[in-house]
Amino acid sequence: MADKNYFSATGNAMVADAIRQCEPDVMAAYPITPQTTIVEAYAKFVADGRVHTEYVPVESEHSALSACIGASAAGARVATATSSQGLAYMYEELHIASGMRLPIVMANANRAISAPINIHGDHSDIMGMRDSGWVMLFAENAQEAYDNTVLAFKVAEDPNVLLPVCTALDGFVTTHAMDVCCKEEDEVVKKFVGDYHPEFPLLDTDNPTGQGMFGTLGNYYMKTKLIERRANEAALEAFEKHGAEWAEITGRPVKAVDTFEAEDADYIVVVLGSCAGNVRHKVKELRAQGKKVGLVRPRIFRPFPAEQVLEACKGAKAVAVLDRSDSIGAAHGPLALEVRSVFQEAGLAIPVNDYIVGLGGADVTLEHVQQVFDQLEQRVAGTYDGSLSYLGIEE
Amino acid sequence: MAEFGYENFEHWKLSDYPTGFVCPDGGTSVNCYTGGWRSQRPVWDKEKCSNCMICWAYCPDASIEVKDGEMTGIDLHHCKGCGVCVTECKFGALSMITEAEAQAQEKEGE
Repeated sequence: MADKNYFSATGNAMVADAIRQCEPDVMAAYPITPQTTIVEAYAKFVADGRVHTEYVPVESEHSALSACIGASAAGARVATATSSQGLAYMYEELHIASGMRLPIVMANANRAISAPINIHGDHSDIMGMRDSGWVMLFAENAQEAYDNTVLAFKVAEDPNVLLPVCTALDGFVTTHAMDVCCKEEDEVVKKFVGDYHPEFPLLDTDNPTGQGMFGTLGNYYMKTKLIERRANEAALEAFEKHGAEWAEITGRPVKAVDTFEAEDADYIVVVLGSCAGNVRHKVKELRAQGKKVGLVRPRIFRPFPAEQVLEACKGAKAVAVLDRSDSIGAAHGPLALEVRSVFQEAGLAIPVNDYIVGLGGADVTLEHVQQVFDQLEQRVAGTYDGSLSYLGIEE
Repeated sequence: MAEFGYENFEHWKLSDYPTGFVCPDGGTSVNCYTGGWRSQRPVWDKEKCSNCMICWAYCPDASIEVKDGEMTGIDLHHCKGCGVCVTECKFGALSMITEAEAQAQEKEGE
């Protein structure tokens, strides 16, 4: 730790700095809480002449991603950032960006979706883009938000991927809270990320192309979606490969699925993003009492790292999944569905306890996590049925 | 575009498709016949035509065929039958008939 220059920074400051170091040609964005300080910081980098980026202060998120799509098709390296209602307003463009295979990098400050109006952190917004073809990275803290953002450019522009990547961090807890961080030198990041060489730049008038083509006739739409699926699947290998290279440079490990004390654990909690902090703390406490408990945290959600989750959880007696958004009307939350699917495919009958947690910025306390681990033991003992509950809310 | 074996695209494997369903060539709409949308078609009377080029200027689909400054016909592979040429023609050289009529006439002619 001594040879690194550590400092305090917010997640948003770290994301803005990572984007600065990767230096996109174009950034088009619209401010929305709690993403605002990313685009404010980046606008200042542009105003101060620290980057060559063309900054486009558009009038809406619909326009922000539209401008990004145009710029990316033209052949530029492109970034944006959004949150909540803004991400929802980008919905139709999300699919255009992925369908056209444009390697746009977008930070999302994960936040609740109205109604009721709530500006605080949860995953209700980002799970809305779950099926859009984007690669989705979830950071636990400000440091990881920085690392994921650098990796996002590398994964997006990987020739085997060429898809937009969302680098997500939890609203306020990660975007605004000060955290101990370090970053790499500008030259190191620039060398790692390299230059982007688009295959079909629309502005190459010597080699004219048609983009955003008509795919209505025949089965071309279906073929194109299958190609897109395979490209998204390839992003897992790309994330691990470039993550290993980045870890070599930084000394910070990058894994598709982060685990803590999971190897011999009887009871495992699976969770995305910042809630993992309190789970890790509780695991330490319970381990000190001799309890065999662990944490499993996917750092990439699309593509879903099924094999890695299976490997991490396969020895458990029971698993609890904490979903920070609900899929109302479904039996399970989005993450729980994935985890159950992994177990089912592997022929494992590991019981899963479902929790919806932390909606609208509700705290997930150590007491809550204690309850989750207690109920895992109860599930195995047959005194708790594990069906979906809202953690901390009495019915 | 020879590199992509373009003329053979109906037999492409998934790996043959340019990334992002990009069309790696320009001016390819000529090869994509869209005239099938039409329910009516313009009929040209060469005797009444003065080659004023008003229809050519108005046609939204570049379907008025012209050679050396003179109209030579209508590109029915791309004409969608909007009728703007018929409305704009000042010489009564263009008229609209239904596709059913046109097809009946074609059948008679056989």
